[in-house]
Amino acid sequence: MNWQVWLPLLVVLSSLLPGLIIFVLPENRVGLRTVLNISGAIAKLFLVGWMLWGVAEGHHFEARLALLPDIELVLRADPLALLFVTLSAVLWLLTTMYAIGYLEGSPHRSRFFGFFSLCVTAATGVALSGNLLTFLVFYELLTLTTYPLVVHRGTEMARQAGQSYLIYTLAGGALLLLGTVWLYTLTGTLEFTEHGFLHELDTAHHPSLIIIFILLIAGMGVKAALVPLHGWLPKAMIAPAPVSALLHAVAVVKAGAFGIVRVVYDVYGVEFAQMLNLLTPLAIAASVTIIWGSLRALFQDDLKKRLAYSTVSQVSYIALGVALFGPIGTIGGLVHLVHQGIMKITLFFCAGNYAEKLGIHRISQMNGTGRRMPLTTIAFSVAALGMMGAPLTAGAVSKAWLMDGATAANMPWVVWVLWASSLLNAAYFLPILWRSWFLSQPYAWPNDHPPIRQWREAPWLLLLPPLVTGTAILVAGVFATFEMSPLAWAQLITDREYFRGVP
Amino acid sequence: MTDVWMGVPWAVILIVLPLAAAMTAFVWPRISQLLVLGCSLVIVLAVTGLALQLWYHGVFHHALGGWGAPLGIELYADGLSLVLLAATGLVGAGVSVYASAYFSVEEKRRFWPIWLFLLAALNALFLSADLFNLYVTLELMGLAAVALTALPGSRDALAGAARYLFVSLLGSLAYLLGVALLYHAFGSLDIAVLAERLRPVPAAWVALGLMSAGLLLKTALFPLHFWLPPAHSSAPSPVSAVLSALVIKASLYILLRLWIMLFGPFAGDGVAAFLGLLGVAAILWGSVQALRQTRLKLLVAYSTVAQIGYLFLAFPLATVASWNATMVLLLSHALAKSAMFLAAGNFLNFGGHDRIADLDHIVQRLPLSAFAFALAGVSLMGLPPSGGFIGKWLLLEAALVQGRWDLAAVMLLGGLLTAAYVFKVLGKSFTQADVACTYQPKEIPARMQWVALILACGAILLGFGGTPLLPLLEIGVPFDGSGP
Repeated sequence: MNWQVWLPLLVVLSSLLPGLIIFVLPENRVGLRTVLNISGAIAKLFLVGWMLWGVAEGHHFEARLALLPDIELVLRADPLALLFVTLSAVLWLLTTMYAIGYLEGSPHRSRFFGFFSLCVTAATGVALSGNLLTFLVFYELLTLTTYPLVVHRGTEMARQAGQSYLIYTLAGGALLLLGTVWLYTLTGTLEFTEHGFLHELDTAHHPSLIIIFILLIAGMGVKAALVPLHGWLPKAMIAPAPVSALLHAVAVVKAGAFGIVRVVYDVYGVEFAQMLNLLTPLAIAASVTIIWGSLRALFQDDLKKRLAYSTVSQVSYIALGVALFGPIGTIGGLVHLVHQGIMKITLFFCAGNYAEKLGIHRISQMNGTGRRMPLTTIAFSVAALGMMGAPLTAGAVSKAWLMDGATAANMPWVVWVLWASSLLNAAYFLPILWRSWFLSQPYAWPNDHPPIRQWREAPWLLLLPPLVTGTAILVAGVFATFEMSPLAWAQLITDREYFRGVP
Repeated sequence: MTDVWMGVPWAVILIVLPLAAAMTAFVWPRISQLLVLGCSLVIVLAVTGLALQLWYHGVFHHALGGWGAPLGIELYADGLSLVLLAATGLVGAGVSVYASAYFSVEEKRRFWPIWLFLLAALNALFLSADLFNLYVTLELMGLAAVALTALPGSRDALAGAARYLFVSLLGSLAYLLGVALLYHAFGSLDIAVLAERLRPVPAAWVALGLMSAGLLLKTALFPLHFWLPPAHSSAPSPVSAVLSALVIKASLYILLRLWIMLFGPFAGDGVAAFLGLLGVAAILWGSVQALRQTRLKLLVAYSTVAQIGYLFLAFPLATVASWNATMVLLLSHALAKSAMFLAAGNFLNFGGHDRIADLDHIVQRLPLSAFAFALAGVSLMGLPPSGGFIGKWLLLEAALVQGRWDLAAVMLLGGLLTAAYVFKVLGKSFTQADVACTYQPKEIPARMQWVALILACGAILLGFGGTPLLPLLEIGVPFDGSGP
């Protein structure tokens, strides 16, 4: 055992241990709980930073534990894993801060933060999984640990949302399990490998491999909210705002999208998937999801529901980018994994602030919020513009690469899908911005909390996270070409997948 | 030190110690609690010792008093016995601690001797090597189990116990009749000798039919499960836990031994397929019934009916891998189901009722028990990381290798149905009850909560124990047709 083995383990433990300790803390130990939460998050960030440095230096991080005589749990830090783990580590710190502010004074916080930490542990595990079995273990763990967060409020509505969440995700998990075991009986290995590990199989197995691909993608697609498997996501909006942020940007939806990336690149290998003609159907499914999600978003008056449908649409950009055969599309999809995360989490932080401070839940109530809560609304506007793909934002970068990728892959219809999606995005975001900046304030807000501290519009714990992520959207957009930007990292991953050691 | 450890006849201790303790507890009730707790601890140690002996020296043979077969009593232990002994030791220890807080002083006086007696019978059963000893221990175990169900002395309990007694006697009688027929026809009770002599004559067929039917009735495989839900749900919670976790496994153990050595090669694929079919029906029927229950303990009892079905899926597969999977499932079910019954018992004691719809924020009021229930549920669903997952993974793999898609589909569907009924309970434990509770909630001793949680954690940790467990199972290659 040396530090290269310990590091991936420690990254997982840095949220697991605080989570377990928090469970047994009495409800009133607010200070200790906060210290545990924040120190766990910072420790994770530090460890991930160390791994980033190490991988850039060419070190190899891997931890193994035998689960059965011939199957191991593997945690490995490859560049793709680091892309996701860095995203979730950074956003976890911010979401934890936000959640501490958001839930101040509300009951059952020990339970909440315990499961919150376990949830991030599972997401980290998903990111660092070195084989499909490990992925499956953490993927199911993620389902289980988010359930108590979804039903946290304990109302009948919350219970039903939780129920529908489980029906979708557990059924998806069963498909994933079937696909995984089937694959294992064919190959005897599940290790994620660059260029995949299936292309050497006999051609007699190709029909089975196609069905397995469908099983795996359907299993991931439930969490990634591919239409028609997306039904749980809008319902789960009943959960508290930090949980929505976690579901949409840090953990659940992302885990599904990340799983699709893993299956295409490291199980099948993109060339082999293209050879089996699997990529075009995936691109079509993603495109349908993009358009359908945007259309549904257009007709929601509930702010969080509109954002949820927007997630349905935006997350499929990742699957779409993956399905565009060629390095440029891949870069677009991978970079969107990060960009969508920071944009969507900003939107949810802001939506939470509106709900918390003014009692606003509907878009029709948002008139004049820009003057009442300027900082929040600025962050919201930046993120919304990013979603539309406005210049200088992170969204523009992803969209540009995706469009170039579509052209390069000789799939011109995808360009039209992207344009249509941008238009629809504008159609459902611009009215919100119009209302909040240009319409006058109503006589009274639905549930106004007068400012109590020196921060005029919201406590700093609620305000800081959206401002940080809002800034990040601009930084990722403007400085996209710099070294260590998400884009540069996505290029590094793509470089390895396409150009190194071609099979 | 190691020599001392290896030299002790652990197998004999496993039987003699609880038997002696039972008698002491009967004549000297004042020290009985101390005796039981000590005895439980020693049993766990003895199982560990036996495991080490098996690990280093292979299978264990011992003729009591120097008298070998066919006259004397022979003890035999291999990997298969070891798994069941381990389940008995762990669940037994948990239940002993739980019961020490659950029963009143007066109830305990009656509980402890019978309980120790049951432990002795179970251990003896898992160490027996010939058909007649298996019968004797099976009967002893059945009587002790019936006595435990009757313990509360209420009308319901007595009626339930009477029904249970009837089923139990019918089962062992059918088994005994089969044994007698075999002995008459082939002149031996030794399994290995019989395996050589068995010929397809009518007497053999009738004997096998009777023995299997009796054992299946006692194992409560669908459609012979009718007696289980009322018996297991009306018993006191620690007794429910033992009945579901261990007692039904004992008859299954005998069936498994006989099947692999005697019946399997003799009866052929048709019977195996039929047993598999019954297993499938048990999974589906038991799960659907569990989902329909409004009472928690009945739900958990029907869940047992369903989970037994999984243990029969290996019969048509009939590979070593599938038997191994069955044993992992069996062990994790023993831990998970006992945890679940104990947690349900805590809910029942706390609120004075076990209506699922009125669980009323139980997750906040009894967080440890709710957590135990959830973890046990995870293992039953077969979700990772848990023993249930490992077992299901192995079984699924075995089914897919043989192209048994139907069985694979049933396994997955059964898992989803399990999730449905477990989360039905968990969902309701987060919400408020429709009717405000008038009952003053009762304090639940910490011991009772922790025992449930520790057993549930055991089922989860088993998910990481596959590497040591599977080689242990291979000792004496119980699934390759070599056995006692």
